[in-house]
Amino acid sequence: MSKLMDGKKVLIMGVANKRSIAWAAAKALHREGAELAFTYQGERLAKNIKQLVEEEMPGSLYFECDVTSDEQITRAFKQIEEKWGSLDGLVHSIAFAKAEDLEGDFVETSRDGYALAQDISSYSLIAVARAAKDLMKNGGSIVTLTYMGAERVIPNYNVMGVAKAALEANVKYLAYDLGPSNIRVNAISAGPIRTLAARGVKDFNSMLHVVAERSPLRRTVEVEEVADTALFLQSHLSRGITGEVVHVDGGYNIMGM
Amino acid sequence: MAENTFERVKKIIVEHLDVDPAEVTLEASVKDDLGADSLDVVDLIMQFEDEFGLEISDEEAEKISTVGDIVSYIEQKQQ
Repeated sequence: MSKLMDGKKVLIMGVANKRSIAWAAAKALHREGAELAFTYQGERLAKNIKQLVEEEMPGSLYFECDVTSDEQITRAFKQIEEKWGSLDGLVHSIAFAKAEDLEGDFVETSRDGYALAQDISSYSLIAVARAAKDLMKNGGSIVTLTYMGAERVIPNYNVMGVAKAALEANVKYLAYDLGPSNIRVNAISAGPIRTLAARGVKDFNSMLHVVAERSPLRRTVEVEEVADTALFLQSHLSRGITGEVVHVDGGYNIMGM
Repeated sequence: MAENTFERVKKIIVEHLDVDPAEVTLEASVKDDLGADSLDVVDLIMQFEDEFGLEISDEEAEKISTVGDIVSYIEQKQQ
């Protein structure tokens, strides 16, 4: 029987460890037959990626790409071109802010902390979409990860909420630009999930408790549920959808209190 | 019991930080002696939460300095 992603080549950016949403998305795509490549940032994550790929998805490609460097982005996509010749999908699951900007008063956000969060968490989508579009010769799908902190105030999420708001606006502008090339751009707004990055937000555990208590489904979401939505957005099943932010949050975002 | 918790904590630290098991003593500072940075600490905290089925708050995590602090915290929580 044919699988949803047979013959599709997808680049996954932003796996930190086995808890990462990007890794769960990779597993869902792999299950449905996609060929995968991974990019990682820095030596520390190189070790994690190497181990995960060799244990669970031998044969997948992986190489370094620090998204703050145009040179590294160019080099990473050049490697994709050399190995694959073309690209069908991209999963962007990258964000960063300084620890001191993820707690306390938002009004204290520094100029460089703001710029850094925007550069890595928001601008990077534009930069990688630009590099990917030339390789997406038969159209393609770009999926990024966002959070409700872009739309509403989540205490402590602070500078990252503003970066995610910019990211969601990027999704819309990119969708318009790339639509004529049949490249779709969408975001998944995932409910809080216990990843390494999320745990960096002060009092993250309390966010889980609130969602479990108040969301329509009365529970938090599992990383596999977000991954299956990423699979849907990468597959032809979602071919009419672009510029969209899909909430995978147990419905929490509809609540007034 | 004490040794059991220590051994489990030690195993996680050795695997994650790639350090010599002999260096992981109760007195060893996770950051200064074992070389963990802030991201390693967050990762380790999550692994301890999974291993021992408990939740470690940010305030409590900030107080942790040595391997012994981790072991006694976990044992206290488990009582």
